[in-house]
Amino acid sequence: MDNRVSIRNVSKIYGKGCDSCIELTGPEHGRNRCPKCGTIVACADIGFDVYPGEVLGIVGESGSGKSTLVKTLYFDEAPTTGEFYLQDFEEGLSNVYGLSSLQKRYIRNHLMGMVYQNPHLGLRLDYSAGGNIAEKLLMADWNHVGDIRERAKELLTKTEIPIERMDDKPKYFSGGMQQRVQISKALANNPPLLLLDEVTTGLDVSVQASVLDLIRQIGRELGISMIVVSHDFSVIRMLTNRTIVMKNGRIVEQGLTDQIMEDPQHAYTQLLINSLI
Amino acid sequence: MSMYNYGFLDENTKRELRRKTLKAVAIPGYQVPFGSREMPVARGWGTGGLQVTLSLIGLGDVLKVIDQGSDDSVNACNLRDLISETSEVDTTTDTLEATVIQTRHRIPEEKMTDEQILVFQVPTPEILRTVEPSEQESRRMHAERDYSRLWVHLYEDIVEWKEIRISYDYPVLVNGHYICDPSPIPRFDVPKLHQAETLFLFGAGREKRIYAIPPHTDVIPLQFEDYPFNVESYESGCEKCGSTHTYLEESFDSNTGERYLYCSDTSYCGKQQLKGQHQPVEIGVGWNG
Repeated sequence: MDNRVSIRNVSKIYGKGCDSCIELTGPEHGRNRCPKCGTIVACADIGFDVYPGEVLGIVGESGSGKSTLVKTLYFDEAPTTGEFYLQDFEEGLSNVYGLSSLQKRYIRNHLMGMVYQNPHLGLRLDYSAGGNIAEKLLMADWNHVGDIRERAKELLTKTEIPIERMDDKPKYFSGGMQQRVQISKALANNPPLLLLDEVTTGLDVSVQASVLDLIRQIGRELGISMIVVSHDFSVIRMLTNRTIVMKNGRIVEQGLTDQIMEDPQHAYTQLLINSLI
Repeated sequence: MSMYNYGFLDENTKRELRRKTLKAVAIPGYQVPFGSREMPVARGWGTGGLQVTLSLIGLGDVLKVIDQGSDDSVNACNLRDLISETSEVDTTTDTLEATVIQTRHRIPEEKMTDEQILVFQVPTPEILRTVEPSEQESRRMHAERDYSRLWVHLYEDIVEWKEIRISYDYPVLVNGHYICDPSPIPRFDVPKLHQAETLFLFGAGREKRIYAIPPHTDVIPLQFEDYPFNVESYESGCEKCGSTHTYLEESFDSNTGERYLYCSDTSYCGKQQLKGQHQPVEIGVGWNG
């Protein structure tokens, strides 16, 4: 197996569910709420692979299930069904969804980084910027303050945060700076997989550009595999090699990003591309 | 005191307390919930320690009660009277003579043995409360040994003040799993918990928790490689007995404003003074041997 991440048959259902939930929802019905029992099918039948150093985009409108999907990947939410294999964990032979919460936490801390849309989800805004990075390092059993501070300086330099602000609290930072601290934190343990959920939404255009530049640079320098979730096709076009298009909790189209941008096959993808300003 | 059941508590309550205490001993550092009873002392005044003591005391025991090292404080006197009257045991102020010692925020200076039990009164048993307000979340963190936030708390202290500023309630890792609150004993007393011969029981009446550090258990204070744990030190010894190896308290002369240091363990200080006057007195060894 040379793929770093394999996802098979992942679904997440909110509600008690019935036999027809999966059948009666999806893009062909234009809904994700089961008309029989009222259950919400946030995502279903999701499967894909990510290769080393590859950047995978997940695009779709609000409510298409892309954020739920990424939350299940970071164990923020438990999926209803599905399998998840990571090359860096037991040679990719164990389904990590089946592990104990202690083991999941190990994977979360050592093998993954997550950058949320809203910095307050990924950061503790009233701890110092350095403290936030330290948290991730302490989770991985670092026990030397001097070493922790060196690593934090290195990461903050990489993400272009002035070192003098290292001991300041991110709540006094601008949105773009908070987002960069979040990226530093996510990268602290050199994770092989980085998850990015709508990282530039809510930032002004010039800051968006610098954050996107940073992410591109990190991907190139560190060879990290990334999963980028966005509703914004320009972000997807700039960052990703391959793209998955989601609607009503299902994958409707996937392929090379350029191909999807130039020659969308599914009617919904065509609509999305045509809606680009 | 025939109006009361032996040891004040009814037998069912004592049975529950003993069961919970056994569980606490079996899982070192784990906080076991118990149905804390209404006591004739206000909650927060030692009701947790009081209930634990009453559940394990029996005829033939010798009781000592200290409050911040002192046998003479109002709280210590009243708890001692209540326990000794309802359970008909002898009392002492001598650490060496006691079989059960109930304490508020100190460990005696003389080393305790495997024949003795030390019962701590605990105001706030949850060490994670400073970093996590939710009880449910704290319990999950304990279960998964997810203590990074406590560590960050210490890191932030070092960044801001160049040292860990926690002077009491110092977090300790017990038996390699649970981090627990050794009750508000000073840092000076924390090393005494490590690989001791004595059973340490902790009762928090208001918060309804019992936990324990059994004998011969590893108790390691949280520290960084480059910022090791340290205990209080003093520039001079006790004003009364001259000891330089004890935990001292500060006191000011209200007329002259002069500052004095005295032993916080009054019984030990008294013995040292007798020794200084060349009178016969038996003094136990310190915890370091």
